Amino acid sequence: MGEAIVITSGKGGVGKTTTTANLGTALALQEKKVCLVDTDIGLRNLDVVMGLENRIIYDLVDVVEGRCKIHQALVKDKRFNDLLYLLPAAQTTDKSAVRPEQLKKLMEELKQEFDYILIDCPAGIEQGYKNAVAGANKAIVVTTPEKSAVRDADRVIGLLEKEEGMEPPKLIINRIRSHMMQQGDMLDVDEVAAHLSIELLGIVIDDDEVIKSSHNGEPVAHNPNNRASIAYRNIARRILGESVPLQQLDDIKEGFFTRIKKFFGVRSK
Amino acid sequence: MDDRGEFRAMKTKQNVVIKGTKDGLTLHLNDKCAYDELLQELKEKMDAVNGQEHGSILTVTVQAGNRYLLDEDIEEIKKIINQREHLAVEAIKSNVMTMEEAIRWKEESEIVSYTGRIRSGQVLEVPGDLLLIGDVNPGGTVKAGRNIFILGALKGMAHAGCYGDETAVIAAGRMMPSQLRISHYFNRAPDRYEEEDYYETECAYIDDSNQIVVDRLQVLKHLRPGISTFKGGKHSG
Repeated sequence: MGEAIVITSGKGGVGKTTTTANLGTALALQEKKVCLVDTDIGLRNLDVVMGLENRIIYDLVDVVEGRCKIHQALVKDKRFNDLLYLLPAAQTTDKSAVRPEQLKKLMEELKQEFDYILIDCPAGIEQGYKNAVAGANKAIVVTTPEKSAVRDADRVIGLLEKEEGMEPPKLIINRIRSHMMQQGDMLDVDEVAAHLSIELLGIVIDDDEVIKSSHNGEPVAHNPNNRASIAYRNIARRILGESVPLQQLDDIKEGFFTRIKKFFGVRSK
Repeated sequence: MDDRGEFRAMKTKQNVVIKGTKDGLTLHLNDKCAYDELLQELKEKMDAVNGQEHGSILTVTVQAGNRYLLDEDIEEIKKIINQREHLAVEAIKSNVMTMEEAIRWKEESEIVSYTGRIRSGQVLEVPGDLLLIGDVNPGGTVKAGRNIFILGALKGMAHAGCYGDETAVIAAGRMMPSQLRISHYFNRAPDRYEEEDYYETECAYIDDSNQIVVDRLQVLKHLRPGISTFKGGKHSG
């Protein structure tokens, strides 16, 4: 029996879809069977980030309305040998096309076959959110170190805590710019974690490569040397129950030389 | 003989007994007789005292005993007494209240505690005093009919005395609210907080100029002695 994890944030544009794509990829790299479900009906883009757009035949709405079988709608990621699948959202209708009970039933069926089901939730706390959360038994809240995103994350955490059968949500802080945090121009990791006071699952650096890989339809988590990729892989390992220390922000980029300069009190950067 | 007995019974079973005290008149109303009879006798008695005018106004306290008086009954009694120019009703007291009133009274005099964090968009409301063991995040709201005591940080909105109690206070371990409201008064937080300044427990109350002010917790003891309900127990030394 698998786990259904909803990835949500309240605010839009903080990286829910990117996080879903990369965690799915990272879990598949760990030999887990993973299904990504895009519930952003009408504004789907998980398929684009995954580079699977042109293989879509049926979608989520077709499945819940019985126009096709689940396995007919699942899009296989060819980069993995039968481990990673995507259930795409419909693009032609809107969030009211499905009801929470339908999603719940769908998740129950998917849980039989997959180890992990990652549900990409739309922004907001309306119908789309309710659909996405309905079938999940775990939740990951994604936020960026900005006040507006943290405020919305707080609201969503409040709602998730009231959800029945849901484990306490966990937090991912995305798009971290370490130099801005150090200068105090952005909330730092501790502030965000203290404010939201839920378990911190991981932190992800803001990296150009993430945008570039989304553009190319190949999630950054495939790249073994990228900082953001390592962050996603660490989060996947934490989801699997390993204890992996958080990445150290300050020495992520610094080489040996800058560390020596710091030692002698010379400012680098 | 019969006549005399009946006369005595009437004398001893007075439905309205007037007593004079140094604070004015006290009217004791019989709580066993029919309400109509009571009103009738009250009217007669008031007519009788009509003549005894003496300049200054007498205050009247009405004791209804174990009779429950509806709001309109109270108005009626007040009207009858206040018709006499030298009488002014100060209070109408009764030993009984309805279950509903009793529950409300209990709730409003109760201190309710809640452990947890009030997150953005959440509202916690209690009829009496609120003891919150946790923080109020920005965008969160706590409301209480009376006082609010927060052991953690208040970063959202707190509304004490939300049914109109202007003596209500708000105390918080770290007072950095987005807005404070007491009764129908409110004030806004400064646009910027200097983090270091807010590590001391503080309280907010309405001062003499009807402004909500934030002050050291110690002032409460003198400003609102009623908050202390300590009775019995031990407080030695």
